[in-house]
Amino acid sequence: MGLMDLFTKKKSSGNVAKDRLKLLLVSDRANCSPEMMEMIKNDIIAVISKYMEIDADALDVKITETDSDSNNGSVPALFANIPIKDIKHSK
Amino acid sequence: MGEVIVITSGKGGVGKTTTTANVGTGLAQLDKKVVMIDTDIGLRNLDVVMGLENRIVYNLVDVIEEKCRLKQALIHDKKYPELYLLPSAQTRDKDSVSPEQMVALINQLREEFDYILLDCPAGIEQGFKNAIAGADRALVVTTPEVSAVRDADRIIGLLEANEIKQIDLLVNRLRMDMVKRGDMMNVDDVTDILAVNLIGAVPDDEHVVISTNNGEPLAGNNTLAGQAYSNICKRILGEEVPFLDLDEVKGVFGKLKELFKKN
Repeated sequence: MGLMDLFTKKKSSGNVAKDRLKLLLVSDRANCSPEMMEMIKNDIIAVISKYMEIDADALDVKITETDSDSNNGSVPALFANIPIKDIKHSK
Repeated sequence: MGEVIVITSGKGGVGKTTTTANVGTGLAQLDKKVVMIDTDIGLRNLDVVMGLENRIVYNLVDVIEEKCRLKQALIHDKKYPELYLLPSAQTRDKDSVSPEQMVALINQLREEFDYILLDCPAGIEQGFKNAIAGADRALVVTTPEVSAVRDADRIIGLLEANEIKQIDLLVNRLRMDMVKRGDMMNVDDVTDILAVNLIGAVPDDEHVVISTNNGEPLAGNNTLAGQAYSNICKRILGEEVPFLDLDEVKGVFGKLKELFKKN
């Protein structure tokens, strides 16, 4: 169930609980501390900023699940949403 | 040699003590010799749920500190002669006992009992470490709530890290009406998320509160929760018992009728 489902129709609270838990447990099990996530976020900002102007405040990094053919159909994934302000033009 | 089962959950208030009391009673009904140990030092509760609070003379810490013999501290149940309780100490703290001492005590009990049930305190600190130290298998109790399931997941991870071979899940306080409306996770949702073997589900039955009020566990009696606990005990013994259909009220009564016909 994707994020869009949240907006298209109201989900039952049982399903909301299930989806929240799934995400929560992925990051719990990965044992990823908020400090480490912050460090990953800062490194990503540094790397991407070399090539384009990004909105560092709106940058969102989280551990989530993604569909996979193996391993019960889903594997943990590092998801980064990086809004671009302007792509730098190379001369 | 007896089997040692720790009843644990991480989160408090999900029904560990109630589960211990009812599983102990249910196993005694199946002619097993059972001892229940309340390992929640400082917050003694299993004695009141069993209705045995007036019979306590010695407790777990007294046994560990050799102030009395093990036999002197064991309280036998009102109803079942093969069911015993080793109560916890109310005025001591968790550090009064070490995991090594628990293992030694349990090994002593193994000789004489078929099942040793350890009622674990909430949390993952010293009390939890003491309770799981001597366990062969674990019964993880959770309710269909985000916080309880999250804690159960953490507990399952810790049990696996401590090489507890068999981990079974008990989903407690299921409200069929809410599940039907979609406002509560169902048993399959919880089992899928935690990815361990389901040993049973217990409905949120007001008879559980009444039985605790009276200090008489309801395992085996003619209530939905009582039947659910009985089935769980049979599954602990390795019997294959079909799950009560808690999602459908009709199905439940149909299956209960079936059960009674069989007996």
